[in-house]
Amino acid sequence: MKVCSRSDLETLRAKGLSTLYPSRLKVSVGMATCGLATGAAAVYDTLRDEALQRELDLMLVATGCLGYCQQEPLVEVRMPGRDRVLYARMTADRARELIAALAEGNLPTEGALAIIPEEKEPPAGSKPAGGLPRLNELPFYARQRKIILRNCGLIDPTSIEEYIAQGGYEAMAHALLDLTPEQVIDEVLRAGLRGRGGAGFPTGRKWQVCHDAPGQPKYVICNGDEGDPGAYMDRTVLESDPHSVIEGLTIAGYAIGAHEGYIYVRDEYPLAVERVTQAVARAQELGLLGENILESGFDFNITIVRGAGAFVCGEETALISSIEGGLGEPRPKPPFPAISGLWGKPTVINNVKTLATVPVIINRGAGWYAAIGTENNAGTVVFSLVGRVANTGLVEVPLGLTLREMIEGIGGGGLNGKAVKAVQTGGPSGGCLPARLFDLPISYETLTQAGSIMGSGGMVVMDENTCMVDVARYFIGFTMAESCGKCTPCREGTHYMYEILTRIVEGKGTPEDLDLLEEVARWVKMASLCGLGQTAPNPVLSTLRYFHDEYEAHVEEKRCPAGVCRALIRLAIVPDLCNGCGLCRRECPAGAISGEKKKPHTINPELCTRCRICYDVCPVGAIEIVR
Amino acid sequence: MPLIPQPPPPAGGALLARLHAINAEYGYLPEEELRRAAEELGVPLSQVYSAATFYAAFSFQPRGRHTIHVCLGTACYIRGGEKLLEKLESTLGVRPGETTDDRAFTVETVHCVGSCSMSPVMRVDGDTYGRLRADLLPRILRKYREQEAGGVSDEGM
Ligand SMILES: Cc1cc2nc3c(=O)[nH]c(=O)nc-3n(C[C@H](O)[C@H](O)[C@H](O)COP(=O)(O)O)c2cc1C
Ligand code: SF4
Ligand code: SF4
Ligand code: FES
Ligand code: FES
Repeated sequence: MKVCSRSDLETLRAKGLSTLYPSRLKVSVGMATCGLATGAAAVYDTLRDEALQRELDLMLVATGCLGYCQQEPLVEVRMPGRDRVLYARMTADRARELIAALAEGNLPTEGALAIIPEEKEPPAGSKPAGGLPRLNELPFYARQRKIILRNCGLIDPTSIEEYIAQGGYEAMAHALLDLTPEQVIDEVLRAGLRGRGGAGFPTGRKWQVCHDAPGQPKYVICNGDEGDPGAYMDRTVLESDPHSVIEGLTIAGYAIGAHEGYIYVRDEYPLAVERVTQAVARAQELGLLGENILESGFDFNITIVRGAGAFVCGEETALISSIEGGLGEPRPKPPFPAISGLWGKPTVINNVKTLATVPVIINRGAGWYAAIGTENNAGTVVFSLVGRVANTGLVEVPLGLTLREMIEGIGGGGLNGKAVKAVQTGGPSGGCLPARLFDLPISYETLTQAGSIMGSGGMVVMDENTCMVDVARYFIGFTMAESCGKCTPCREGTHYMYEILTRIVEGKGTPEDLDLLEEVARWVKMASLCGLGQTAPNPVLSTLRYFHDEYEAHVEEKRCPAGVCRALIRLAIVPDLCNGCGLCRRECPAGAISGEKKKPHTINPELCTRCRICYDVCPVGAIEIVR
Repeated sequence: MPLIPQPPPPAGGALLARLHAINAEYGYLPEEELRRAAEELGVPLSQVYSAATFYAAFSFQPRGRHTIHVCLGTACYIRGGEKLLEKLESTLGVRPGETTDDRAFTVETVHCVGSCSMSPVMRVDGDTYGRLRADLLPRILRKYREQEAGGVSDEGM
């Protein structure tokens, strides 16, 4: 069928509702990349096989990521007319038990994490059955507000009908049929939406410039390169709700007068590539992309480009050059892409999350959106809360929440109850902020003032077992490898900083090295061509600023307080604690551990590489790191 | 609004797409294929080569039958990704970028596969393994060895 009108959309919507809320038993398994990494596929297979064997009539669906990755694999069960029940940390064995219970007509609450109420707004004060909390009452979700992630984990990402049932493509229809491009731009402008790719540039302004720019044709590009190692929200949106990005990109195209769009997806995300490709094909098939969309007279098509593993390609001018078939090397700005972008034509380039937000703004209005968050920082941002934190996952919050509410409230504090020492935001372009600054509200400006950046949303939590000097060296090692090499300050400066940091972690650094490091960092920041080089020193400068004592311990006392830097630590077995189980001996990759069964073992320091694997595996904590 | 006539895009991601296709077929980029790509796309061979060397996704060396990517992205790094690598190196006797003598495994490192919440993470071919610890690796490797012994070959040559 071809969708030619709003009433055709209604037909698809009804179809979507019938699979979202079927009149038979439905079981959904979170099968985005993170679910799959913890065995969701085996759970899915078991549920299917077991249901077949028991002749249980059920609709089994693979959904995307609900955000609470810590609890994956997640399985959701919906019995018609009842609240949905969510089960966490599913295993094949528990899947078997679940099917057995369901076959008996039971909906077990034991081992369940929460319920998802069938009604959007259950009556105040009411308690769900079975004594389970509602999903949005769990500490992890209570402060969240889902706009960008609105459908993730709730719909089948391969079903355009379910996306439509959730209100999808309504905004596109409204824009194309009722609004002029200028009105669309005005709405986005008044909403106060700022780019979620890192720099926070007002999206409406960017569109306006491109709209006004002379030159045809114009292009729109979705930046799905997500290079920040430790951030994965763009992947999640592309995998779990690809149509939200397609709809946003189409609206952007309409607003600036482009008929061709590109979605550039990072190479390391094969499932995202697959899902968007499938979604674009489906939208084309239905006429929601292509010529004369919804008989509005507007034509728009989308091409998908797969990246090839280069961080710098996330930078907009490098990304454009990569699509053109050249190397992914940045060029100086201005001219900005909005004036001269792809093939020298006016081009809007926006991040995945920015585009996924657009349909909601068009549907609910600028005023509604602008009221969320704070002044100048409207709306929500998505963070990937990872690292040494109790609850890892994807978190969407209104701007203005404090880091503490984020890390301690939603994240549940440090891993294994350890105290959190710092948080890193903004990836290789960002910085590390110490725990004493956790009362800062999250906004583009506060994070920048504190020496970090918002970035695209990576939030890596660190505790006493993380060495801040080692972290700085890690990031410089990353940018050094990823520098495209076009400009000297970035290419040579990152090498030079890496050398100094290497000296320091090896215990060969001097107090003068700290001054030198800071000086080089400032030069690279000032003199580099593109954002990669200009921001590369941030991890160094922020750790020098907030964790100077750790640097001093390394250069003056030749001591690594976190017990990480290999040259400055030693591993030892405490004889009184060791029961001689031999586990460490078997796992030591260097063959450095010896000992007889049931007798205390010893480590040969000559052979030991200080990898600390033994420290992790010893079941009784008999191995200590001597710093 | 009539469709504004647009010039055919010069490359439109075609070069990257072509390199991906060759890499998918052979597991690396053989010289003859690169020459052919240059000819057919009408771009200088030097441009094909510079793209092939610029991007981390491509290699000029034949790969093992399975490629292991150990994630050293930030989240994985601070939760022990290096330990996984060290264990793999000692178990398989290879360094990143190298292939085992029996050509079963090529070991690579990668900066994030997007499963940061499950760190540390490793990917073998298309399968991602999360919440890993060094002592869990031998079992995973065995799985791929057994697959091969079971006659399931994905060698394709
Ligand atoms: C080194 C570097 C890497 C970048 N990586 C990304 C990225 O992975 N994803 C992204 O959306 N923007 C990235 N950006 C920002 C883009 O250049 C661009 O500003 C952004 O895509 C614009 O979209 P927005 O206005 O919606 O934020 C990067 C910038 C630099 C300097
Ligand atoms: S730190 Fe690593 S190399 Fe040293 S004894 Fe422990 S396991 Fe062996
Ligand atoms: S793992 Fe721990 S208890 Fe077992 S032999 Fe090693 S040090 Fe001793
Ligand atoms: S090499 Fe890219 S900023 Fe210098
Ligand atoms: S940092 Fe390892 S998967 Fe992202």
